[in-house]
Amino acid sequence: MALTIALGCAAALLAIAALGAARGQLAGFFKPSYGACLAATVLPLIAAGAHLLDAGTPDLVLRLPLGLPWLGAHFRLDALAAFFLIVVNLGAAAASLYGLGYGRHEPAPQRVLPFFPAFLASMNLVVLADDAFTFLLSWEFMSLSSWALVVAHHRQRANIDAGYIYVLMAGFGALALLLAFGLLAGPDGAYDFASMRGGERAPGLSALVLALVLLGAGSKAGLVPLHVWLPLAHPAAPSHVSALMSGVMTKVAVYGFVRLVFDLLGEPAWWSAMVVLALGGITAVMGVLYALMQHDLKRLLAYHTVENIGIIFIGLGLALAFQANGIGWAAALALTAALFHVLNHSLFKSLLFLGAGAVLSATGERDMERLGGLIHRMPRTAVAFLVGCMAISALPPLNGFVSEWLTFQAILQSPQLPQWGLKILVPAVGGLLALSAALAAACFVKAFGITFLGRPRTEAAAAAHEVDGLSLASMHLLTLLCLLAGVLPGLVMDALTPVCQALLGQRLPAQAALPWLSIVPLAEHRSSYNGLLILCFTAISAGLAWHLLRRVGAPGARRAPIWDCGFPVPIPATQYTASSFAQPIRRVFATLLFRAREHLHMPPPGDPRPARWHVEIRDLVWELLYLPLAGAVDFAAGRLNAFQFLTIRRYLSLVFLALVSLLLVLAAWP
Amino acid sequence: MALVLDFLIQGVQMALVLLLAPLLTGLVRKVKARLLRRQGASVLQPYRDLLRLARKEVVLAENASWLFRGAPYLIFAATWVAAALVPTFATRLAFSWSADLIALIALLGSARFLLALAGMDVGTSFGGIGSSREVMIASLAEPAMLLIVFTLALLAGATQLSSIAAYVASPELGLRVSLGLALVALVIVAIAENARIPVDNPATHLELTMVHEAMVLEYSGRHLALIELAAALKLFLYVSLIACVFVPWGLAIDEARPMAYVMGALAFGAKLVASGLLLALFETAIAKMRVFRVPEFLGAALMLGLLATLLLFVSRGL
Repeated sequence: MALTIALGCAAALLAIAALGAARGQLAGFFKPSYGACLAATVLPLIAAGAHLLDAGTPDLVLRLPLGLPWLGAHFRLDALAAFFLIVVNLGAAAASLYGLGYGRHEPAPQRVLPFFPAFLASMNLVVLADDAFTFLLSWEFMSLSSWALVVAHHRQRANIDAGYIYVLMAGFGALALLLAFGLLAGPDGAYDFASMRGGERAPGLSALVLALVLLGAGSKAGLVPLHVWLPLAHPAAPSHVSALMSGVMTKVAVYGFVRLVFDLLGEPAWWSAMVVLALGGITAVMGVLYALMQHDLKRLLAYHTVENIGIIFIGLGLALAFQANGIGWAAALALTAALFHVLNHSLFKSLLFLGAGAVLSATGERDMERLGGLIHRMPRTAVAFLVGCMAISALPPLNGFVSEWLTFQAILQSPQLPQWGLKILVPAVGGLLALSAALAAACFVKAFGITFLGRPRTEAAAAAHEVDGLSLASMHLLTLLCLLAGVLPGLVMDALTPVCQALLGQRLPAQAALPWLSIVPLAEHRSSYNGLLILCFTAISAGLAWHLLRRVGAPGARRAPIWDCGFPVPIPATQYTASSFAQPIRRVFATLLFRAREHLHMPPPGDPRPARWHVEIRDLVWELLYLPLAGAVDFAAGRLNAFQFLTIRRYLSLVFLALVSLLLVLAAWP
Repeated sequence: MALVLDFLIQGVQMALVLLLAPLLTGLVRKVKARLLRRQGASVLQPYRDLLRLARKEVVLAENASWLFRGAPYLIFAATWVAAALVPTFATRLAFSWSADLIALIALLGSARFLLALAGMDVGTSFGGIGSSREVMIASLAEPAMLLIVFTLALLAGATQLSSIAAYVASPELGLRVSLGLALVALVIVAIAENARIPVDNPATHLELTMVHEAMVLEYSGRHLALIELAAALKLFLYVSLIACVFVPWGLAIDEARPMAYVMGALAFGAKLVASGLLLALFETAIAKMRVFRVPEFLGAALMLGLLATLLLFVSRGL
């Protein structure tokens, strides 16, 4: 039943997309379109939720006579798919609700309305697919529909460039996945997942598949160094689509990784965990350091997605490490942490991108250096954005903290691992995780402080106005979910037990029945956390302090000019900016990693030209990896160009030579 | 009966930290003054300051927002809750399981996040400089702190403070190099987190290198009282944390005898006075650092923490 509903809604989304293509240019068409999207995402959300929570239900399977005639299209709803279906449709529903209000600001609706529902449908189909052909087809459809949304505002040069790099990387990733599926299917071409599962594979073959999956799913998710397209493409799209790409599409990529590596590939090798862990740790720290250097609000958020993907992959790597050594309960803990973070990140990253969209539609600015003081003009957006900032910075009692806490608990089980490499690597990765969490807090103090606090730096920021009710409703819904997942984490962890049971054959103890709604993943004398109590205690203490001080002290407060140690300067430009805020951290970390240099051009005395100061930040991944690669491709293309201008005799001899060499290969094949 | 006792201990602990925290601050100030051959204010002066501030009128900057007004209450509440969960004289706190050591540190992180935002709310360059430096220091101190937690947790097999204290106090633990390294690292982190010399100077308002005082420059009246009290609580928290984890002797661990609690309270008083004396001595003996030397100072803590964790795998207890 749930599977039929999900597929039916995906078909409905495709129909909405077709309607959008036909009628998208009509004024006001965005309302029925986004409304129908909302309905078509809420339904599968409820169905998948019911499927996941009802512990006894068997997996649902369906085979439709579509696609390749001898294969058909297989679909399947198991616990993992149900969980990711919830993540996808929760983000999609929030984005659709936001679109209902935000849609009127869209200058070219016919460039968004056909592709938005198609994008939603494709993400649903990737999660439901149960054979390689359907999976890859949906995956490519997802890439292409999101590419169309990235280049929706195609008059801006930067968007076209972003779209070009995105489509290149997406094509490369899909190629890697295609090869991975080919290797998994083997020479018989068994392309449905059921026959791939549980096959015996040589260690070399498994290693190759893992590498290809890391390239394919990792490039879509944004693992360093495959992340380069992400901070360009995600901000270029309209804001609710950015929320979907960052909050949800990267999760579909994580789903691809989990499905292929945990489900289809079978027993992992311990060194594969080392690769995943190291990549995750590097991605987490590099992502947040990149984010700290940005002053474009949406690009900062996009780089932060890279960091969170790193945290998720740290959890997945830990799960692989424990699973490879047969320590099932620790693997279940790590996998729960990673999947919990998947849900959390989809909630707060969608929230933050929607908030950035609200700021963009209210002021027309994405550059934080030109904003400021929005907390007075947009108080409701500010509350939502503040909660999102605190959640993503892993601060209790919000949800981001719970998943990082669980990841730390999994890291602390590292003495159980027999291999020395893992024993040493896991605490080091723990250090990287702690560093990235602390830097994330710094980054979001900057993002919120420069954008919403202080005095407005431009006219546009001073004249901002609060956004419409539906956009606010969407943001506040996500805010509420962030808080709920933070104070009632036991419910989420319990919902994840069927997933762990299916993938690892182990589960965490049930949490919801524990007294006071604490979470105790292992044993109470070892570790426990209770977000609800912490929230209550803090609220009660704050209320108590407020009440007592009101009785003791002078009532009210007097407004006076800014004090600023007696030397207030009324010009808003004297405030700290995004780049000056990040300057200490830039000096500590980025001098080495980004070759950050500060240049001061001071004209000699008597010269009336203004003094100039600028910061140079270089992206070494781009310079050392991608530019040489692009150069090599360019060079090879230039050389091969000669083959276009041969005579017919030479072409014929080339064909003959190719034939002979292929025959030779066949003859020499063992 | 046991439950009632646990709640009683928790209540005493909450009142104790709130009442004693300003005394520790006063003690450190007094000892520092005496070491500089000054008379110094009475050790009770912080209480008088707090009371005076609480009674004074609040003067808000024209463009201060609700965040600026609400933050002091939340900062104080989060710090108080965190301080009330660190065992001082007894480990049987009714709610000690609601946050383990990692959660305690993160709770202090929440308070710092709000304080850094409050510093930026009015839009002055002093507030900005304070917040910006505070997050830079935190971005190094927090990972160092978590590596120390790793060391303790790997040794004791738990992140629950009461379990760690019980493990360290038990005779089965010998002398371990890792614990020594972790102690040095924790002291460095505590100095940085509490804005003490050589990282920051709590006694100055007009120095270009100041951090904490620059953030709270716009606060006045009861708001300032709450922030000062939160700062005192944080210092108290770190002292009781070090005492609980590294010198748990005298601490009433899972005890029900009344005598054990009296002993625990006396031992804690002695530890408090000793740490106050040591802190004052250290602060008098050392000079304030340039702000860009601080990363090296904290980097040392980070490296010590990592070394302590890695050494656990190769070293054996003596």
